[in-house]
Amino acid sequence: MMDRYTKLQMAGIYFAVTIFLIFILLPFFEMFMASLRPLEHLFRSPYQFWSDDFSFQAYSDMWETVPLLGRYIWNSVYIATMVTLLTMIFIIPAAYAYARLDFPFKNASLAIFLGVNMFTGAVLLIPLYRVLRTMGLLNTYWAMIVPGVAFLIPTGIWLLRSYLEKIPRELEEAAYVDGASRMYTLRRVVLPLAVPGLIVVGVAVFIGAYAQQFLFAITFNQQRELQPLPAGLFEFIGYQDVTWNQMMAAALTGILPVMVIFLFLQKFLVAGLTAGAVKE
Amino acid sequence: MTDVAQSSTLETSFKTRKTMSENVFGWLLIGPAMLFIALIVAWPLAETVRLSFMEARLGGEKYVGLENYQDLLDSRKFHQTIVRTFYWMFLSVSLKLILGLIGATLLNAAVPGRALFRVLVMPPWVIPIAIGMIGWLWLYNGYFGVLSGTMMSLGITDGPFEFLAHKQSAFYSAVVADVWVGTPMVTLFFLAAMQGVPRDLYEAAYVDGASRWYRFRRITIPQIMPVIVSMSLLSAIFTFNSFEIIWILTEGGPRGATTTLIVDTYKTAISNFKFGQGSARAVIIVILLGTFSLIYLFFLNKVNRYYGNGKK
Repeated sequence: MMDRYTKLQMAGIYFAVTIFLIFILLPFFEMFMASLRPLEHLFRSPYQFWSDDFSFQAYSDMWETVPLLGRYIWNSVYIATMVTLLTMIFIIPAAYAYARLDFPFKNASLAIFLGVNMFTGAVLLIPLYRVLRTMGLLNTYWAMIVPGVAFLIPTGIWLLRSYLEKIPRELEEAAYVDGASRMYTLRRVVLPLAVPGLIVVGVAVFIGAYAQQFLFAITFNQQRELQPLPAGLFEFIGYQDVTWNQMMAAALTGILPVMVIFLFLQKFLVAGLTAGAVKE
Repeated sequence: MTDVAQSSTLETSFKTRKTMSENVFGWLLIGPAMLFIALIVAWPLAETVRLSFMEARLGGEKYVGLENYQDLLDSRKFHQTIVRTFYWMFLSVSLKLILGLIGATLLNAAVPGRALFRVLVMPPWVIPIAIGMIGWLWLYNGYFGVLSGTMMSLGITDGPFEFLAHKQSAFYSAVVADVWVGTPMVTLFFLAAMQGVPRDLYEAAYVDGASRWYRFRRITIPQIMPVIVSMSLLSAIFTFNSFEIIWILTEGGPRGATTTLIVDTYKTAISNFKFGQGSARAVIIVILLGTFSLIYLFFLNKVNRYYGNGKK
């Protein structure tokens, strides 16, 4: 009863939703349209919305215009994967400690972690550049992986902690009573139970790692073969003219990996990420 | 009876045995992450502070005391940058919150298709910002972007309008792009919070004849207030730090019109290799961010207490 809308209200809601979605999706739609147009028609004046010569030509030409394109996409996936693996290694024990144990400076140290969220890399770029240079990591994959991990650890701990808190304590206590060591309990009792949570947090970290590469790449890496996609895309601008249609095609191809993962897992992801907004 | 007694002794024994090594074990577990953060975030942060007192370039460093800060205080350009940054933040965050609230309300409405709408809202949140900005670069293009094209065919402008070429329009265009990036997250958090509001509150109000608008104002808003406050803080931090959006769209131009504090810092330090002066700016950013985080935390506490969610 309460949720029933009149026809007019329904129409109003759909109308408003449409406007909202147009705002959100317009750039993607435009990118897609541009990727379909032959280059010479992109610059047609006056502006023309519909062309009769749409084609997917750009999607095959782009590999020739920027020969390293495949490499860039691979680099993006590789960097994001490494960041995810390393981040998980750091956050699993830490999140468990915050979820279950009581130790000195627990809240203070958690606050320090979360404080890291306040900075983006941009504030720390100068000294970070020197730190990476000292360690000899500039212009390697590690130059993009290491800072990536640091900036995902806080969020990761936060998300995983709330998952682990939901696992019933009794099982651990039972294992403990049976004489299992702490490490054993963590490895053999808690982790298997936490697999769904680990997947959600892992995917969230991966998406974050995939998204944050640009700044570290343009600042810490000058080696073209190591560049991730968001930085590599700007190679379409340059030389003599900008092959916009191919750049759009490459951009859309480049977001495919995350979009696929995301679409499969979106329900769990959103629930996991927004968990803090509902409970407490 | 015996059961209870037994389980409670078990529990105490579990607890006492546990506390023996718990302190050590806890730090053992968070240690690696802590060390990593110390190396990659804390040390560089300390370095930033040190460098801010130096005249540092590629060649070397020389102690100059507060000179870098003094220069900033005296610079009119820097004052303008600060004002611009806060204006940018205020405008963008307000728009994100308003749009997020409207969006969440719409997506929360019980109409067919809402599951699909929810998925469609998310892409800007998920994809790399740099890639989204390529789409916006295209949209804002005067000659072949759809925005300028539509404006021309409607007769609003005579010729092509380059959104990013004029001081005013470039600034507001960057705001819109930033709002686009941030709105999905805000929307989804608000939506999750709205779904957590107990239904009986609405039902009771409905039975009493309260209108939808009244229910929204008097139930939804107060109930999700803590989330609104924390989202404002998060958005404010993101927007303040927002670098890629501006860098890709305008690199801070035209003539500095979109140069926020973070862009100014990057330009000074990384593009012009003035590490000392860049660091002074970075320190000011840290101080500003820290200050309003504290203010917000204070408010958040107040709000939580005021709405007595007793949920802690």
